[in-house]
Amino acid sequence: MGSPPILAVLAVIVAKALVVIVVLLTAFAYMTWLERRLISRFQVRIGPNRVGPFGLMQPLADGIKLFFKEDFVPAGADKVLYYLAPGLAMVTAFTAFAVIPFGPPDVQLFGVPLFQISNPNAGILFVLAVTSIGIYGIILGGWSSNSKYSLLGALRSSAQLISYELGVGLAIVGVVLLAGTLQLPEIVKEQSGFFFGFLPRWNIFVQPLGFLLLLIGATAETNRPPFDLPESEQELVAGFHTEYGGMKFAAFFVAEYVNVITASGVATTLFLGGWQGPFVDQFPILGPLWFVVKIFAFAFFFIWIRATLPRIRYDQLMDVGWKLLVPLALLNLAITSVIVLIWPSLGGGS
Amino acid sequence: MLSEYLSILIYMILASGITLVVIFANKLLGPSRPSARKSAAYESGIKPTGTARERFHIRYHVIAMIFLVFDLEIAFIYPWAVIYKTLGWAGFIEMMIFLGILIIGFLYAWKRGAFTWE
Repeated sequence: MGSPPILAVLAVIVAKALVVIVVLLTAFAYMTWLERRLISRFQVRIGPNRVGPFGLMQPLADGIKLFFKEDFVPAGADKVLYYLAPGLAMVTAFTAFAVIPFGPPDVQLFGVPLFQISNPNAGILFVLAVTSIGIYGIILGGWSSNSKYSLLGALRSSAQLISYELGVGLAIVGVVLLAGTLQLPEIVKEQSGFFFGFLPRWNIFVQPLGFLLLLIGATAETNRPPFDLPESEQELVAGFHTEYGGMKFAAFFVAEYVNVITASGVATTLFLGGWQGPFVDQFPILGPLWFVVKIFAFAFFFIWIRATLPRIRYDQLMDVGWKLLVPLALLNLAITSVIVLIWPSLGGGS
Repeated sequence: MLSEYLSILIYMILASGITLVVIFANKLLGPSRPSARKSAAYESGIKPTGTARERFHIRYHVIAMIFLVFDLEIAFIYPWAVIYKTLGWAGFIEMMIFLGILIIGFLYAWKRGAFTWE
């Protein structure tokens, strides 16, 4: 068998990319629906239930409405950056998802793995790098709007994001130490099998502290409550996107929700065995299904804590980030590196 | 290896295309009736005063500088973590010395109140 025709390979890559983008956009739309319905239930309300059965057409109606809103540029705004910022936020949010495997890598068409956009050797570093670029979307949007609320929101947001990025970056090192690789499919593969015959060999049981730190950090990195200070509406109206409307406003929301999906995907891949689950070996198509189930669990968790926890103060936010997350992550790093040398077979890797 | 980044590039181009289409469809479909009052910056309904690009607190700069140091540190830790199992105890001791030096700086910044927000 020779190498597959280059056009066929390209067609598979393009089709795969399109499917992932459409699925992410749909997932975004229905996460807004899920969030509104669940928050309503938590607050003993009913929530949107008029547009379609169970209000299922509500996201579509909202989307169509936003297309027909006025395309608005505030006076004194830097027009180029004002348009660039939401686009940048949305594109980087999509790009960060590119390296996350959502199914077994041996399902291939013309030699192209179907359940992952790309598998560069930088792996998890790629996610960290691209999500950092997403901060530019927020700070440019806040600065270019020529509004005091926007600028304050953007400043707070960028300080928050860079502070929590350290905790997240250090928490992930524990997993890299165990696996000895940055490539996400390899990390997933090393979590197959069981401890003591019944406990799945997931990293969450080896790295509970790392998982907790990543979860807190991811909540802050995606601007989700209780860390949603950039949009604290009582003091900053809407934070960095105060002056945005229509589809540019929606683009920031797409970015936020796609980032939540990516963060859940990273947490699932690194700590919960990724796409692994019962019967995946026999039916590889079940891989994406298990992946979606785990992502959904995270989405539910993020919505749940929004309904439960009040927003924290800014000084508390900085205290948690620098005085708790960073030292604990360093501690986790030191402990893990000792354990890896004493018990090298723990991570399963080479 | 190159083909992996080619896939990412194709994916990014498609994502950018959709983003552009969505934002510019809004420009075409939506009305455009600007007025001086509408385009004024929102300041809770009062006339905006002064410039919006105000000076801001020095603390943001301090946080950004400390972030740079620690982010570079993390960039050093990742390659070390990948080959850690072949480095063994020598790698462990080296990294602990490296982290120790940084932690002294971290504690100094902490004592000077760099992370305390009033």
